[in-house]
Amino acid sequence: MAEGFKQAIWKERDKVLEPLIFEISVPGRVGHVLPKACDKVVSEVGDVLKSIPEKIRRKTPVNLPEVSEIQLTRHYLHLAQMNYAVDLGFYPLGSCTMKYNPKINEEIARMDKISRLHPYQDASTVQGALELLYRFEKMLAEISGMARVTLQPSAGAHGELTGLCIIRKYHEDRGEIQNRREIIVPDSAHGTNPASANMAGFSVVTIPSSTDGCVDLEALRTVVGKQTAGLMLTNPNTLGIFEEEILEISDIIHSVGGLLYYDGANLNGVLNKVRPGDMGFDIVHFNLHKTFSTPHGGGGPGAGPVGVKEKLVPYLPIPIVEYDEKKGAYYLDYNRPKSIGKMKGFYGNFGVIVKAYSYILSLGAEGLNEVAEVAVLNANYLAKKIREIPGFSLPYAEDKPRKHECVISAAKLKAETGVTAFDVAKRILDFGIHAPVVYFPQIVEEALMIEPTETETKENLDAFVSVMKKISSEAYGEKEKVLSAPHSTSVSRVDEVRAARKPILSWKMYQKYKS
Amino acid sequence: MVFKHQYISATEEDKKAMLDELGIKSVEELYRDIPKKIRLNRPLDLPSPLVEADLKRFIERMMDKNVTHKDMPVFLGSGVWLHYVPAVVRSLAFLPEFLTAYTPYQSEISQGILQALFEYQSMICEITGMDVANASMYDWASALGEAALMAGRATKRKEILIPRIIHPERKATLKTYIHNIMSFKEIPYNTETGTIDLNALDNAISGSTAAVYVENPNYFGVVEHEVAEISSIAHENGALFVVGVDPTSLGVLAPPGEYGADIVIGEGQPLGVDPSFGGPLIGLFACRDDKALIRNMPGRLIGMTEDTQGNRCYTITLQTREQHIRREKATSNICSNEALCAIQVAVYLACVGPKGLVQLGETCMANAKYVMKRINEIEGFTAPIFDSTHFKEFTVKSQIPVDEVHRMLLDRGVHGGKIIKNEFPELGEASLYCVTEIHSIEDMEKLLEALTEISRSSG
Repeated sequence: MAEGFKQAIWKERDKVLEPLIFEISVPGRVGHVLPKACDKVVSEVGDVLKSIPEKIRRKTPVNLPEVSEIQLTRHYLHLAQMNYAVDLGFYPLGSCTMKYNPKINEEIARMDKISRLHPYQDASTVQGALELLYRFEKMLAEISGMARVTLQPSAGAHGELTGLCIIRKYHEDRGEIQNRREIIVPDSAHGTNPASANMAGFSVVTIPSSTDGCVDLEALRTVVGKQTAGLMLTNPNTLGIFEEEILEISDIIHSVGGLLYYDGANLNGVLNKVRPGDMGFDIVHFNLHKTFSTPHGGGGPGAGPVGVKEKLVPYLPIPIVEYDEKKGAYYLDYNRPKSIGKMKGFYGNFGVIVKAYSYILSLGAEGLNEVAEVAVLNANYLAKKIREIPGFSLPYAEDKPRKHECVISAAKLKAETGVTAFDVAKRILDFGIHAPVVYFPQIVEEALMIEPTETETKENLDAFVSVMKKISSEAYGEKEKVLSAPHSTSVSRVDEVRAARKPILSWKMYQKYKS
Repeated sequence: MVFKHQYISATEEDKKAMLDELGIKSVEELYRDIPKKIRLNRPLDLPSPLVEADLKRFIERMMDKNVTHKDMPVFLGSGVWLHYVPAVVRSLAFLPEFLTAYTPYQSEISQGILQALFEYQSMICEITGMDVANASMYDWASALGEAALMAGRATKRKEILIPRIIHPERKATLKTYIHNIMSFKEIPYNTETGTIDLNALDNAISGSTAAVYVENPNYFGVVEHEVAEISSIAHENGALFVVGVDPTSLGVLAPPGEYGADIVIGEGQPLGVDPSFGGPLIGLFACRDDKALIRNMPGRLIGMTEDTQGNRCYTITLQTREQHIRREKATSNICSNEALCAIQVAVYLACVGPKGLVQLGETCMANAKYVMKRINEIEGFTAPIFDSTHFKEFTVKSQIPVDEVHRMLLDRGVHGGKIIKNEFPELGEASLYCVTEIHSIEDMEKLLEALTEISRSSG
């Protein structure tokens, strides 16, 4: 990572980098030839297209690109070269846990006996898959200190919605849902928390964090009551600080009959150190694409399993994998009358789950313990070195240790030079490093949320510190380079205002716009 | 002994240097703020770590207990379908620059994914006849839940009409999503044709209806041909018209945009995504270019723009609908979706092209029609149950109890269709079969021979 970084630029012509696939299409080309029906079938059934009632038969030609396989390959490879990834370099995105994605996991997920299974196959033909789900569930239950875990949700936010539906069902079951309308979230919460609560039909009560960045117990006490369905919390919180008063928080919520929900996005720093189940949480979601190394894929697929304490087990979505001792076989149990039903079709993102399972088998308890320790050591190391750089500070309880991430503020930099966290983020890209998360959590001004993870090398951590020092000195000196960054990426600063003002969201809309 | 693992780079020297920088003796001091009472003071009870070679063997042995359609022909569909995934789809979509990338919030360094997703959105619009498509939902079922909520927001009404013939898991998911927020009513079907009863729809719709939802082809594989009429009924009553599709049919069936759909949802899995025991899948979600609809749309949207040099480029746009900006006022909580699966779908559509999508539909229809016809000739079996055009799935009714047929087929090395008698008791001993382009003539003949034998042996 040095100033020598330059991202590839595939530029076809003036103002156009890689053309759109529709633009390289040439009538008559094809990228893949599909099988035709064989002669025997055709002689038996005739022209099937003619048998479609005229009014529903497709008449307008399908407008898809016509490209040969070599064109397709080059097009996507050009695009890939203009995209940053963990496999290329450092990605210190807070809350995202951009750790290395193991290659063996990819190989395993692509095995025919995993990838080509149909979910509705007879249980006798999928015992391996059911066994994997069963064992993986047990692992997550142990890691989190919960009784049982559903593997159905497709993402963290989906897990949150699942957990909130369980909270809803729990209160309905006790005849209290008319009153229990509120979910409490701290003002430092990830946006998905209040969004999920709203989707589940709750109203959201936001409580301010205290001066040390943690849940303000007094503020919490004033908003709880019989109207409280639950509290959503992440611990460590979004500042990377452990909520020490978690047992008190748990008491406050439980004493009014509410439930405590754990957003598992920040699990990486506390694996094998403390478990949400032991902190008093009733429901937990995991992000397999964060803590458990499954790749982000540019925005998914992930998976968001949800674990619950014993009293909430009846409400889990169906089906659950069970083991029949007598028959010596695994089966899917749909006979769960109190279940919240389904959050989506089938059983969950199995192709993602196998990667997380493989990851845990590779590390074991010893490994997960090491993961947490190194993640925490790396984050604290960066926190110390970066807050010493002019313009940057570590707001909220500066002397408290962080866990897997830290949130730096560039407020001083902005006040003294006009350079913002946004500008800093863009300038970081010029060094072949992905910017940290910016402007989150909302309780930190000019926030830069940094999570190195345990997979990063110390050399890269030091290089990142050097980059931050350089940017700081640029900001206090010749700041133009920072204000107009990035310079080494395939495109320069992107006009987001224009994109929103005049939305062009498809090739179709683009054609209209051009004419 | 020091634990050494290939995913963790920190050596003992690295750790010592960092501890020294922090002025502490051990990492344990960084956990000092966790109350002792709740600290886990034992190793987690997990299997001992396996080195890679052993790990691979362990999982392979477990998965050897699985049987796939490569070992025995499988005639299942119902929301996930067995299709061929071209080699080029895997080799391009799984490039490490896509696979290990984050969500493209930093546009300048992420043009690859952004453009790939813009192209995906574009291709979905082309095949469905819509103007705007998002960068994916989790699957068809959850897309239906989100479409209902969107229609509720856009019309300020609380009811959705759905067909009686619908995948039970889509119905169950819809229920979860609209619980205490909206309600639904089921529209019965014509028992001859298996299509929606238009009179019943006309009677059921009212000023409370936010949306009329139709699937085409429907859950039984029947092609709904009166969709233009359904569209009129919906619009005359101020409701939105939402259509759910299996996109492999869109080369041969009219796209919903042409018959009045306001929102189109569906399952993208059959276009280049392996079934993987039910996930990851990919929910399609598209709508018309209407400001009110777009404003209420869930999910990520990639838009075109320019950089400071005037170069054409792409960025996530209209983010004020999303959770990270609007929080509890967002159109959805969705954050991570199925982006990589979207790239698989885009590569698939680009490689098969327009003729390919037509060929896909044609081959599936022809194979399904062949099997359907021949099953019907076997004594004791009726296929299909409904007098209609079918796409690639069809119902089969049997005089022998359907559980027995299922078992007897398995004994003969064939996996029959999905037993649907519990989902739709009115159909009796019924199953739902699916035939696609991956079924060879040998596969199909094997099924037919097995059913013939079963028929004979049952007298």
